Amino acid sequence: MKNNGYYGQWGGSFIPEILHETFAQLNKVYETARHDPAFWQEYVDLMATYSCRPTPLTYAGNLSRHFGGAQIFIKREDLNHTGAHKLNNVIGQGLLVKRMDKKRVIAETGAGQHGVATATMAAKFGLQCTVYMGEEDVRRQRPNVFWMEKLGAEVVPVTSGSGILKDAINAAFRDWVTNMDDSHYCLGTACGPHPFPEMVAWFQSIIGLEAREQISKQFGSAPARVYACVGGGSNAMGIFQGFLGQPDVELVGVEAGGYGLASGKHAARLASDDSSPGVAQGYKTMFLQDDDGQMRTTHSVAAGLDYVGVSPILTDLWEQGRVRFASATDKEVMAALELTMTREGIIPALESSHAFAQAFKEVGDLPADQSVIINMSGRGDKDIFTIANAFADPSWQQFIINKGKEYEAAR
Amino acid sequence: MKLQDNIREAKQKKGILLMTHIVLGYPSFEVNRAVIGQMVDKGVDLIEMQIPFSEPMADGPVIVKANQDSLANGTRLADCLDFAGEMAATHKIPFLLMTYYNILFKYGLEKFCRKTADLRIKGFIIPDLPPEEGAEYLGYCRQYGLAPIFIYAPTSTPARMRELARYGEGFIYCVARRGVTGSQTTFGREFAEYMAQCRASTELPLAVGFGIRNRDDVNAVKGRAEIAVIGSETIRLVDAEGASAVGPFIAGLR
Ligand SMILES: Cc1ncc(COP(=O)(O)O)c(C=O)c1O
Repeated sequence: MKNNGYYGQWGGSFIPEILHETFAQLNKVYETARHDPAFWQEYVDLMATYSCRPTPLTYAGNLSRHFGGAQIFIKREDLNHTGAHKLNNVIGQGLLVKRMDKKRVIAETGAGQHGVATATMAAKFGLQCTVYMGEEDVRRQRPNVFWMEKLGAEVVPVTSGSGILKDAINAAFRDWVTNMDDSHYCLGTACGPHPFPEMVAWFQSIIGLEAREQISKQFGSAPARVYACVGGGSNAMGIFQGFLGQPDVELVGVEAGGYGLASGKHAARLASDDSSPGVAQGYKTMFLQDDDGQMRTTHSVAAGLDYVGVSPILTDLWEQGRVRFASATDKEVMAALELTMTREGIIPALESSHAFAQAFKEVGDLPADQSVIINMSGRGDKDIFTIANAFADPSWQQFIINKGKEYEAAR
Repeated sequence: MKLQDNIREAKQKKGILLMTHIVLGYPSFEVNRAVIGQMVDKGVDLIEMQIPFSEPMADGPVIVKANQDSLANGTRLADCLDFAGEMAATHKIPFLLMTYYNILFKYGLEKFCRKTADLRIKGFIIPDLPPEEGAEYLGYCRQYGLAPIFIYAPTSTPARMRELARYGEGFIYCVARRGVTGSQTTFGREFAEYMAQCRASTELPLAVGFGIRNRDDVNAVKGRAEIAVIGSETIRLVDAEGASAVGPFIAGLR
């Protein structure tokens, strides 16, 4: 622990005393694995045989021509097993769980992708699995709830607080302080107390390592910019780490603009003026909070971005000016999603579509002999209800009505 | 007089001291006032007043709901501080504030310590602030004569307990079992061994909390700790039977 889990003034480990020994054990196992090249090799091999890694870097020729600026490349985390970058982190932590000889994993989930990934890992590694999910998110991400349950996990809807991601994190911690002896909390993003931000970012760095090699092979030089959506910050940290050492590569984090920054209904921590330094959920970062230090309600069309805090590592990189932050509104996101589907035959998740939306605003200003990478953190199939709803798709609505009638009649 | 000396002196006169817990603004400050009045009347020795927080990570369902409802009622930090000052001025017993670190951090650590010391608050219980993160906090507590109360858990090693004792003042809050506030605890042999370990690790008085609900539980703590802490149970009682049930309940505890 070279920095005590601090990145500049951000991060730390604000944990209840009852978890002190649990974190001591986790830190030890993590540090040992981190310095053991065989561990990383085992991880990479498993990701290659179980999870389709390396994921491709796809040249988006039609979109590039459409905008007439830099050449657009898409890093395809949607093709990772379970359809998002989330499995990278989960398999890594799963290997640590085996080293700690624990029998059960707990997870929080927003969009449900991390929950599905954890349920998948638990099935593969023979672990029991409980997933906490805000009731609001249960409603908007029903298909993922179905899959988690089918994979053998118990899904617990969280009704306290605003019923979204932060509340699921609180619920997961409450489980952990009860069951720490046999359970590991598999946190899904680069937030929370040390070592989670660093550890999750490490497992996700596989994205950036691949992308750096791929762009150099396929395009011949480093990209001008890399775009990633930022919920807690794990997919962004994942891809950014491939380019942090190259100061000419501009790194752009895209947050949820919701109904627009002026509306106050968004989840833009670093791209808006609405956040301030705080300590919650075990770490110090910029939070969307009121003057008393109470967390505010956030909004995004994308459940996975609807969060009050952000990775302390990203907050530090933002403060240093190394990562630029922008936001895309729900509306811009839907437009970007539609364009990507119809021009490239690729369906990004609503979260990932934020990165696309921001890139589309800017890519026309860059010369054609440069490139940009958009990190497509996940696929959009899981969002079918939300997307169909946002498009007010009449034939989908009719299908649901008919299906409902069928179930009703069969009762 | 230091809080620990107050506690030792009071303990001389009674077999065991009682500390109770209330969530500020839940269900209202009026009810808080009535409940505290009855608690003091029936001889409660210390009271911890929880400033509600939107992310009460270490609390169980009863207290989580109280935090949430209080904030939904519009409770602001300034109201909590005013009320805390009023209680400390009205009643002779020591009052403590319990809350999460962000409340202090956002207000400004020094300002918070100065303000609460002015209000004659005796100390703080901050469950998400381990001493490793609390250098500044500890400095201001010392400067303003506030007791930073640290927590022992059944998972704490003897070395960790000794480490925590170096930073603590007032007393050590011994969490009786794993888990969050509000559910049942069995006070068996394992508990006795744990308490013996706590005792061996510090000179400070000990308080035991989590799952103390009745006279039997208080008796189980007697002889092992100076203070028994009643948390969620009085909140449950006020919810079910109203503020007037608190006096008889407290009177029946020892
Ligand atoms: C597809 C997808 N992208 C992005 C995110 C946001 O998380 P992070 O910022 O940690 O990558 C999520 C979270 O659920 C997600 O499911």
